Amino acid sequence: MKGLKLAKAALLPVLLLILWEVVMHVRNVQSDSIAPPSQIFVAFWNAMLDGTILSRTAETLRAAMLGLALGGGSALILSIILGLVPPAARLAQFTIEVLRPVPAVALIPVAILTLGFGYGMEISLVAFATFWPVLIYGHAAIVNIDQQLLDVGKVLRLKTFARVTKIVLPATLPRYFVAFRLATAVSLIIAVTVEIAANPLGVGYELMQASQSLHPDLTFALVLWIGLVGWALNAVLLFAQRRLFGPAGVAFGIQQ
Amino acid sequence: MTPRARALWMIGSIGVTALVVIGWQLLANYGGIPAVFLPGPDRAWRALVTGFSTGDLTQLSKATVERMIYGWVLASLAGIVLGAIIGSSKIAREYVAPMLEMVRPVPVSAFMPVVIAFVGLSGGMVLIVIALGAIWPVLLATVHGVSSVEPRLMEVSRSLRLGRLQTLWKISLPNSQPDILAGMRIGLTVSLVLSVIGEMLTSEMGLGYHVLVAARAFRSADLFAGVILLGLIGLVSNLVLQEIERHMLRWKRR
Repeated sequence: MKGLKLAKAALLPVLLLILWEVVMHVRNVQSDSIAPPSQIFVAFWNAMLDGTILSRTAETLRAAMLGLALGGGSALILSIILGLVPPAARLAQFTIEVLRPVPAVALIPVAILTLGFGYGMEISLVAFATFWPVLIYGHAAIVNIDQQLLDVGKVLRLKTFARVTKIVLPATLPRYFVAFRLATAVSLIIAVTVEIAANPLGVGYELMQASQSLHPDLTFALVLWIGLVGWALNAVLLFAQRRLFGPAGVAFGIQQ
Repeated sequence: MTPRARALWMIGSIGVTALVVIGWQLLANYGGIPAVFLPGPDRAWRALVTGFSTGDLTQLSKATVERMIYGWVLASLAGIVLGAIIGSSKIAREYVAPMLEMVRPVPVSAFMPVVIAFVGLSGGMVLIVIALGAIWPVLLATVHGVSSVEPRLMEVSRSLRLGRLQTLWKISLPNSQPDILAGMRIGLTVSLVLSVIGEMLTSEMGLGYHVLVAARAFRSADLFAGVILLGLIGLVSNLVLQEIERHMLRWKRR
């Protein structure tokens, strides 16, 4: 049954690829903007063998993960504070609502101006972009903790730190995991976008180079590769989420 | 919480924002950061005022907002139509939907070099990329909404002998309104992001290009004015859509 479902899902993409290939050959298209799938595959294979794709991807992932650690990490701490101290949350609300809608990409020139090109600017932009989802979802998670659990902490006279590590974090871990999974997708998107728009680094820059030097085969191969990386990252985290938390993470009501 | 207490908290919360702005001013004045990198809010404000009164900020903002809205409307219409077709047909759900799920994780900006190769660095390319990017949230939300209609409503449509189109128009689409509106709200955010990136890459007139040029020329006040405007556009457009959403979904709250 599952095999049949998979076959049905694969039918259309395979047909389209064959059609694409055949049309390119029959019409004998010579183009700087599109290449047949066979050539795309060859270009992908070659770039894979000489290591450019992997080393460039490592650069992108490094920036994305460091940015996520910085942005998501500080959002984690802030969300705990705001969650446990409601007056602080009410006071911070307006500032958060004003800052959050600033598109991270609008800050690209600011980052170029202050930090120059390189890892620094990319990491800070990813950090800015990943800060908000973790803060918002994390705060929501803490506000939704069962009041009785918090009361237990009070009865046991736990210190604040113990309350956070023994009650708050275990109770909200599944939801934080979901928040970080979503933020991971954001981090990759922002990193690639920054590389395409400005930063001479990583797989996004490689993609821009391929396009500008009129190598459609490599361009398409890199686009597919970036999609594959994003998909794989999400799939691994989704799998981990299901294994670790079961329905607790899924029931959070965030669209998968 | 009484309305009075809520108002007081709101005032306090705005006060905190004011404190942040004052802190920014102090940092710019006495923080030892060269003015080339960090203008104070006073200079950013002056750049905004002169930009609107004598400069071309009005035009630039208009260009960016128009781009954002055109691309978004295009994407939303296409997303709803395609989503309705795919969501209401079992065959399309089995054969087409998985492919869409496969394409979705590709960061949309990665399509930009591909589209540039086809249509060149132009406003058209920006519009195509915006539409390509903003269509996903709407499309997938519509597919989800249309395909998960309450079974009893479908029974109603059968007993009324509604045709497929009528079922779609009178039952499935109204029923998936919340999904579609939520998708469109995400789509608008995506549109703004892609407008900015597109302008940066193609040098098309707009705020995205404006901030990039300002940064290159070390005109930090203009740069911050542009960033503030872009944030404002994001904030206002989101608020407007939220209000529309609330208005259109008021039947749900009863």
